[in-house]
Amino acid sequence: MLQKNSQVRLGCILTLSLIFALLGGCGDYENNVYQGNRDGVLHVGNGTEPQSLDPHIATGVPEHHIISAVMEGLVAKDRKTLMPKPGVAESWTISDDLTVYTFKLRRNARWSNGDTHTAHDYAWSWWRALQPALGNQYAYMLFPIDNAQQYYEGEISDFDQVGVKALDDYTLQVTLGNPTPYFLQLLDHYSLYPVHQATIMKFGDADERGTRWTYEDNLVGNGPFQLSEWKINRSIEVQKNGYYWDVDNVRLNKIIFYPTDNVTTEERMFRAGQLHITSSIPADKIQTYRDANDLSLRIAPYLGTYFFRININTPHLSDKRVRRALGMAIDREKLTKNILKGGQIPAYAITPPGTLGYYADTDLTFDPSAARALLAEAGYPDGANFPVTEILYNTNEAHRKVAVAIQQMWRENLNLDLELLNQEWKVYLQTESSGNYQISRAGWIGDYVDPNNFLDMFLCGGGNNRTGWCNPEYDNLILKVAPTMTSHEQRLAVFAKAEKMLLDDMPILPIYTYTSNYLINSAVKNYDSNLMNHAVYKDIFLDPVLPQAAKEME
Amino acid sequence: MFKFALGRLLQSIPVLLIVITITFFLVHSVPGGPFSADKAVPPEVIKALEAQYNLDQPVWQQYLSYLGDVVTGDLGPSFKYSGRTVNELIAAGLPATAELAFYAMLIALSIGVSAGVVASMRPNTMQDYLPMTGAMIGICMPSFLLGPLLVLIFGIYLDWLPISGWGDIPGDKVLPSITLGTAYAAYIARLSRGGMLEVLSQDYIRTARAKGLSETMVIGKHALRGGLIPVVAFLGPAFAGLLGGSFVVETIFQIPGLGRFYVQAAFNRDYTLILGMTVFFSTLIILFNLLSDMLAIWLNPKLRHEIQGNH
Repeated sequence: MLQKNSQVRLGCILTLSLIFALLGGCGDYENNVYQGNRDGVLHVGNGTEPQSLDPHIATGVPEHHIISAVMEGLVAKDRKTLMPKPGVAESWTISDDLTVYTFKLRRNARWSNGDTHTAHDYAWSWWRALQPALGNQYAYMLFPIDNAQQYYEGEISDFDQVGVKALDDYTLQVTLGNPTPYFLQLLDHYSLYPVHQATIMKFGDADERGTRWTYEDNLVGNGPFQLSEWKINRSIEVQKNGYYWDVDNVRLNKIIFYPTDNVTTEERMFRAGQLHITSSIPADKIQTYRDANDLSLRIAPYLGTYFFRININTPHLSDKRVRRALGMAIDREKLTKNILKGGQIPAYAITPPGTLGYYADTDLTFDPSAARALLAEAGYPDGANFPVTEILYNTNEAHRKVAVAIQQMWRENLNLDLELLNQEWKVYLQTESSGNYQISRAGWIGDYVDPNNFLDMFLCGGGNNRTGWCNPEYDNLILKVAPTMTSHEQRLAVFAKAEKMLLDDMPILPIYTYTSNYLINSAVKNYDSNLMNHAVYKDIFLDPVLPQAAKEME
Repeated sequence: MFKFALGRLLQSIPVLLIVITITFFLVHSVPGGPFSADKAVPPEVIKALEAQYNLDQPVWQQYLSYLGDVVTGDLGPSFKYSGRTVNELIAAGLPATAELAFYAMLIALSIGVSAGVVASMRPNTMQDYLPMTGAMIGICMPSFLLGPLLVLIFGIYLDWLPISGWGDIPGDKVLPSITLGTAYAAYIARLSRGGMLEVLSQDYIRTARAKGLSETMVIGKHALRGGLIPVVAFLGPAFAGLLGGSFVVETIFQIPGLGRFYVQAAFNRDYTLILGMTVFFSTLIILFNLLSDMLAIWLNPKLRHEIQGNH
């Protein structure tokens, strides 16, 4: 008996000693939030490992967060309203015909290595952004600039013909091809941020992708923070940039971004006081937080629309009565309230309501009897003889739920039996863009706050159209008429007219307007909700009188 | 032994070549390219990107130049993480993954072998049933269930241990190592029980007992060495499996390891990263199998004689 016990004991000792080794002198530790509040360090859940911090290469939201901390454009945005406010440019004037913008740059603006920051940096940066070899997916953001598109597409080869001119070191003149009321907003998009020429040239050619200039110790930016550490798949750390023109008003000392791919893990990290802010929240947790009246849950309108595309080249879906019937048989209120439960707003148009004061003129409603009548008129009374139709979605639990709910609504309201088809993300993208689908789920997140960003998606043959729908009159309104309108109201009226055309033909079924849902610690101040969920990091501070709040969160 | 090892290493070259070839043509034939995105990418951008990564060349040419690079140890640039090489990403993820695998293996071995030995000493009694039931539960419990469960109990409710990270906070390595190690502990328990039972019925054990040796001596000195051969044979593939299969645990515990890259690479169609990881893991599996075979030979005199006889 004694011998057997010794075996067991040996096993136990081995296991325990291993555990102690792993604990590595485990003691009481302060969590990140507690420590961060004391030291001015913000811990941010950032979704995923960024693919690049080069503003002319990056494309995603996690990249945007970091880039906007280490770089700044001519114009910044108000953290609540997103209205343009001075960034590197301390002021600007706009010509009467709304095409010539003259920016006065701050004389105290510096790069993070101390170099002077001048108007020439913009001319060079935008030249770089327009080099086709660089593969800049956001090059089109510069197209409102006169001749930028022609230069990018090789129609002209002389960059001097592009409407960017440094009049002197601190004056930049930008000439637009057409009046573009949202141009100032574009300047706060990272694709128009300036880059540090000497650094880029040190690590490769100007139009060379994937050089090492954006890495730790190399990156030179002009933003309120500078990159101090990049541990792959672990964290990215930025610290206050002493050369920033407004450094006295930057209150955080450091921000640490974590690649939190798994939302469930991220939520647990938040609960354990490892994060101040999460990038998202698991959909099934929203209700729990709501029921508990937990103030850390934040739900805010987001500039994005969830919709279904309809391939109008499908014979039975080419009839707009069928498409409208499908659109009218979706109970969006029920969907958002009972299924999504994340505060989403039922959508009856593609442009989110209130985008720059714009409200679409839509007569789309939930009206099952009218929908049935339309379907009968189109030759499918009570859904009889309706051909087999598939709803395509990319593999994701939330998309599946929406597709199943809508499938059910069409069954109940129209007596149609549609099938569901899910595909892995990249396969789905290929299927959809090659037009090899019938109905497909889709989403669009705005790049700037303007109806144009949603409506120019459906231009004839546009890369994001993918429905086969084409209306030259619509194109004319968006491309020719709207840009020449001199007043904001007139321009919105043109958009409303165009969107009405789109909704009448209904190549898309708007479903809901997104919300940004995330968790935020009560110590974080000046992190306001806005339509694009853009944080203005230079304004944020941590309220040190509230460290207890962090402890309570655990 | 040296000749045996060398022979096995030479055999591994065609194996690796086959792995690379199959993976290469498989990833290139999967629908959806590395540069497709939700927001349409202009054709000229796709063209520029494809030119940069030589994707505009015929596939066989890409294959040959890839092989050429692999021979020199260059696994190429990642398509997704602009400016990072696959070698760099593997080097960044390997330490955490290897350390996690090492701790998990230690846990698996210490729990598994002790449970297996204890169980084998009194077969078909409670002393056998209890640890083996535990092992069965361990095998059946997936890490995506065990991990969050441990986090909830020890991380959130009891607040004893950190729930995420790797080497950032003292103790943050405990829960992931236990999560990953448990399933393997269970396998090892069953294997060592089986191995021990077989050995304990052998003549030389009877002889040892007849000599009047204590049970500790019989088990510790005579039986264990033979009884653990199945475990040793399992160690090679198990360690490779731990390295390559830690994706779920890495994701649950936010560990900056290789597993997360591997899975993401497949979703991103990051061809070079998928290939590089596959080559890397294949090499590891071959090496660990070789090592465990060599260990088994060293432990088993019969095999040793066979090898020496052959050469």
